[in-house]
Amino acid sequence: MSPTDTAKKEIVQKEMTLNMGPQHPATHGVLRLVVDLQGETVVGCDPRPGYLHRGIEKWMESRTYHQIIPITDRLEYITCMNNNLGWVVAVEKLAGITVPERAQFIRTLMAELTRLSGHLVWLGTHALDIGAMTVCMYTLRERELILDLTEIVTGARQTVSYMRIGGVRNDIPRDFIDKCREFTELFPKRLEDYDTLIRRNRIWLKRTVGIGVMTPEDAVNYGLTGGTLRGSGVNYDLRKVEPYAAYDKVEFDVPLGKNGDVYDRYIVRISEMRQSVRIIKQCLDMMQPGPITTDDPRYAIPDKMQVMQNMQSLAHQFVLMSKWVPMPKGEVYVATETPKGELGFYIVSDGSGKPYRVKIRAPSYVHISALPKMVTGHMVADVIACIGTIDIVLGECDR
Amino acid sequence: MDSQQIAKMIEERFAGQVLGTTTFAGQVGVSLKKDMIREVCLFLRDEPTLTMDHLADLTAVDFSRYPGDQGPRFEVVYNLISIPFRHRIRLKVRVPEENPRIPSVAGVWNTANWHERETYDLMGIVFDNHPDLRRILLPEDWEGHPLRKEYPLKGY
Repeated sequence: MSPTDTAKKEIVQKEMTLNMGPQHPATHGVLRLVVDLQGETVVGCDPRPGYLHRGIEKWMESRTYHQIIPITDRLEYITCMNNNLGWVVAVEKLAGITVPERAQFIRTLMAELTRLSGHLVWLGTHALDIGAMTVCMYTLRERELILDLTEIVTGARQTVSYMRIGGVRNDIPRDFIDKCREFTELFPKRLEDYDTLIRRNRIWLKRTVGIGVMTPEDAVNYGLTGGTLRGSGVNYDLRKVEPYAAYDKVEFDVPLGKNGDVYDRYIVRISEMRQSVRIIKQCLDMMQPGPITTDDPRYAIPDKMQVMQNMQSLAHQFVLMSKWVPMPKGEVYVATETPKGELGFYIVSDGSGKPYRVKIRAPSYVHISALPKMVTGHMVADVIACIGTIDIVLGECDR
Repeated sequence: MDSQQIAKMIEERFAGQVLGTTTFAGQVGVSLKKDMIREVCLFLRDEPTLTMDHLADLTAVDFSRYPGDQGPRFEVVYNLISIPFRHRIRLKVRVPEENPRIPSVAGVWNTANWHERETYDLMGIVFDNHPDLRRILLPEDWEGHPLRKEYPLKGY
């Protein structure tokens, strides 16, 4: 064996362990990855979540059903509205509460606006990670419009706590409708702009096509949901499978990918944004005047004017806010489609005003578990593309 | 397929394993003995008319402070969905406090791997034959399992 051969052999065999995160700008929060490298190629990957663990499930056990709504804002802090919705839908299933139609449409409308906002943050940061910096500037500009709309309705830009068990907190103001219509006219054009920036961009294609491929079987087996699953061509959207809010009354398509790579997931989410605009338009058209909270006297939070004027409403509001009312004994698992995927709440009720146990099935947590499968065999730079494509938020993953 | 029918199919196939069936808010839960849980899961996944290919959620509940509950302390819960047929079923398995062990289903669905790690970490249930049972959300040297009811909410 000549000296050069020995040197070559040593280089090939030498494996390097690289620590990525938790404070890495491209890990979308405090995700830490321990990556084994053979040269530039990833041979192993061990995600280490938990840096943002706040014990939310434990905390929920000591709060009433109503007091948990603001906690759900802190799960996936980019799209709080969808988390609020997931929680109240689960509690309504547990207690058998019916929600009036106007509230259903408002919920759908706000959830889809928030979905757009979530997808814009995803697109901006994902493109930024891969090197297309311009897109991020544009997407955050449009997200600002959505946050303004959210502010008109809820008074807050983030952490909205807008949903209520049995309805929503307040009706939408009159000027919101016109501004929202303006936005739905403007947004599809802007979406075309981002799309033309990267859809056929040669560098973008090189970085995304054939990277992080998940076959439909693998994707299902790893429990992927949302756009990450539909990029592999599996038709599973909880808005269609088990419609909640007003999703059974509006028309929309479920975009599907073919190859299950980073590029297809990008196409799926871009198409989803077009569908969201379609849903928003229908909600604005179909919404009729009417009540916005349930008429079930046990769970209906009294109107503020009533609380100020009559004794019964005041007493009822006091009970609801301080200890809630007894709930039926039993357990439910209810899942909703958030921008990231399937957000499920498993609630065990012991009949009191506080849940006995809450388990949050967070899509980000499940998606990170599939990351080793996606990145093994690719280059180290592709790890960043894969983190972007599974669309994670660590607040939700670590809880 | 109706969830009740699925429960009946499990009962026919695994006679003596099913301890009871509960229905609440239209959702059906089947209580099982713990020894055959992996076989039941394989059956649910591979039977062509069922194809429960999506393990939506796996978790555990500590029943030690549940009013009126006399059974073994922990309950491991599997929420299953079939993507092609869109039907659901819930499996529930009680595990005693003194020996909190249950066979792992990580070989049936890959997604169970991390769910079981989390359940081990936070509730202290040991999954036999799990490929990589380590703590996941808490540091490796953490003491105790926070989701158990005796674990304090404050004071750490």
